[in-house]
Amino acid sequence: MTRFALIGGIYSNWRALDAALSDIARRRIDATFCLGDLGAFGPYPDRVFPLLQQAGVLCLQGNYDNSLATGLADCQCGYIDPRDNYFARLSYDYTFRNTSPVHKAWLGTLPMSRRLEVNGTRLLLCHGSPRKINEFLWESTSPDGFLRYLLDDADADVLCVTHTGIKWHRDLGGGRHVVNVGAVGRPENDGTPRVWYALLTIGGTVNVEFIPIHYDHEALAADMHTERLPGEFIETIRSGWWTTCLEVLPQKERARGRF
Amino acid sequence: MDTVTSAAAVELRHLDNLWIQVSGTRCNIECRHCFNRSGPRESSFGLMTLDEVDGAIAAAAARGVREIYFTGGEPFLHAQLMEMVARALTVAPTTVLTNGMLISDRIADTLAALATEARYSLEVRVSLDGYTEEMNDAIRGRGVFQSALAGAVRLARRNLLPLITVVRTWDDADELGVLAGFARALTDAGCDRARLKVLPALPLGRELARVAGLQRDECVTATMLAGFDRDLLMCSNSRLVTDRGVWVCPLLVDQPDARLGTTLEDAASSYELRHQTCVTCWRYGAICGNVSPQIEGLDIAAAPEAR
Repeated sequence: MTRFALIGGIYSNWRALDAALSDIARRRIDATFCLGDLGAFGPYPDRVFPLLQQAGVLCLQGNYDNSLATGLADCQCGYIDPRDNYFARLSYDYTFRNTSPVHKAWLGTLPMSRRLEVNGTRLLLCHGSPRKINEFLWESTSPDGFLRYLLDDADADVLCVTHTGIKWHRDLGGGRHVVNVGAVGRPENDGTPRVWYALLTIGGTVNVEFIPIHYDHEALAADMHTERLPGEFIETIRSGWWTTCLEVLPQKERARGRF
Repeated sequence: MDTVTSAAAVELRHLDNLWIQVSGTRCNIECRHCFNRSGPRESSFGLMTLDEVDGAIAAAAARGVREIYFTGGEPFLHAQLMEMVARALTVAPTTVLTNGMLISDRIADTLAALATEARYSLEVRVSLDGYTEEMNDAIRGRGVFQSALAGAVRLARRNLLPLITVVRTWDDADELGVLAGFARALTDAGCDRARLKVLPALPLGRELARVAGLQRDECVTATMLAGFDRDLLMCSNSRLVTDRGVWVCPLLVDQPDARLGTTLEDAASSYELRHQTCVTCWRYGAICGNVSPQIEGLDIAAAPEAR
C-alpha cells in the first residue's frame, strides 16, 4: 500500500503550511507533493520555501509560480472584473517584491506535471488541468464525461489538481479518479477558517481522504496586518468566506458563499 | 463578399462547448446590436424540437462535452426549454443566454429548483446593456430595462445569481464609472451579488448598420496563428447546433460555408478562418463562453514531465 499527501494553493500561508506538514509528519506517508501556487495572498512569501524544502516536498509549478519565475506582469488568473483585478494586482506586486531572486529562480526549475505509476495505477499530477496550467477544474463545471476524456487524453487513471482553492473528488468507476486537493493557503469559502489537504492511498483500490487543518489563523491575520495586506484578505482568513477574486466562481460554488 | 483565400484552418481539438440555438432567431425584442439579427419577425432559423436537442446533447455527451449553452433568439420562447435544460444538466454544466424578460416567478422557481438539484452549475446569463432605463432601452427597446431587471432579481432572490451580460457601448475612459453604475443599479434592485460579464460590441449583424465593419481585407492568416493559443478560438472547441444543421460557431450563422453538416458527428472537420468575423474572435478571444477569454494560459502539454 502506498500513501501520498497532496497539498496545493499555499498562497504564502506559511502558518497553515507548517501545521499541514506537521500533520503529515505524524502519519505514515511515502511522499508529499505540492501541486503549485506557493505564493499569493498571504504574508512573507519567502517563508514557505524552507518549510517545503526541509520536509522534502516534491513541488510542481502553478500559474503564480510561473509568473514569478518568468517575471510576468500578472498572476495569469485571467480576471476581467476591475475589483478582482485590483486585488489580484496588489497581491501579485507584494508577492513579487517580497520573493527573493533565489526562490523565484527555484520556482522556474519546477516541473509543470508529474507522472507516477503505483501498482499499475497511473497517476498524473498537475496544477490546473492536464491541458493548461491555469484551467479551473471546479466540481460543478467538470462533468464526468469531460473528466474521462481528460484521463484518456493524458493516459492516466488518477488525476490530481488544485488551482481553484476548493477540494473535491470524483470516483468515475473502474479505478479512475479525479481529485482536486483544495488549498492549504486559504479557507474554502465555507464560513470556517480551516484549510484542507488530501491523502491518496493506493492499494487494491484508490482511496481519497481530505484532512482539515486548524491552525493559528489569528496569528496569520496579525502577520497580514503588519504587512499591510488588504483588510479584505484578512477577513477571508478569519471568516472563511471569500471576499475577492469571485468572478471565476461558477454559479453553484458562488451561491454557497456569502459574497 | 467578405471572404478571402489565404485563411488558416483550425481543427476541432475537443468539443468542450455545445451551443444549442434552441429558439432559432426568434426573439421578443429587436436589439440594435444583435449579431444574428434576431427579432419577432426573423425566421432564418426556427425552433428546434425536443428530439433534435436530445440527440445533440447525447452526441456531445458521448464526446465528453464540458459545457452546454442554450441560445437564440430568446430561449424562453421555446415551450420545452425547461425540459431541455433539465436533460442538459444531467450531462454537463448548462447556461441559458436570455434577455430575462420572460422569467416569471413560476419560471424562476423551476430554474432555481433545477439549479439546486443538479450536480452541475446552471448559469442564467441575462443581457442588460445599460444601468438605467434610458441607456438600456436605447439599445434593447422600450420597456426592456424594467422587465429584464425584474427577471434577474427574481433569480437572485432564489439564490440563482444571474450573470449579467453587458455589451460595451461606452468609451474606455468611462469604464469604471459605468461598471459602478451597473453594480449600484443591480444592488438597489435586489440583485446584490452582481456578476457582470462585459463583451465587446461585435461589428456583425444589425450592429453593422450603425458602425463600420471590419476592414475588407482582414482575415485570420496562418501567420497570425503562429504562436497564438488556438484554444481561444471557438472553432477549436465548440460547435453550434440549429434546426438547420451544425455550424462552426454562433457568430457565423449567416455564412453558408460555416454549416459543417447535419449532425455533430459530421461537423468535426477543421474550418478555414476565411471570414472577417473570425478576426473578432482572434482579437477578443472566445468571448461567447462564461469563462474569461483572458485565461490564455500556458499549454503544459509541451513542458517536460517529472517522473
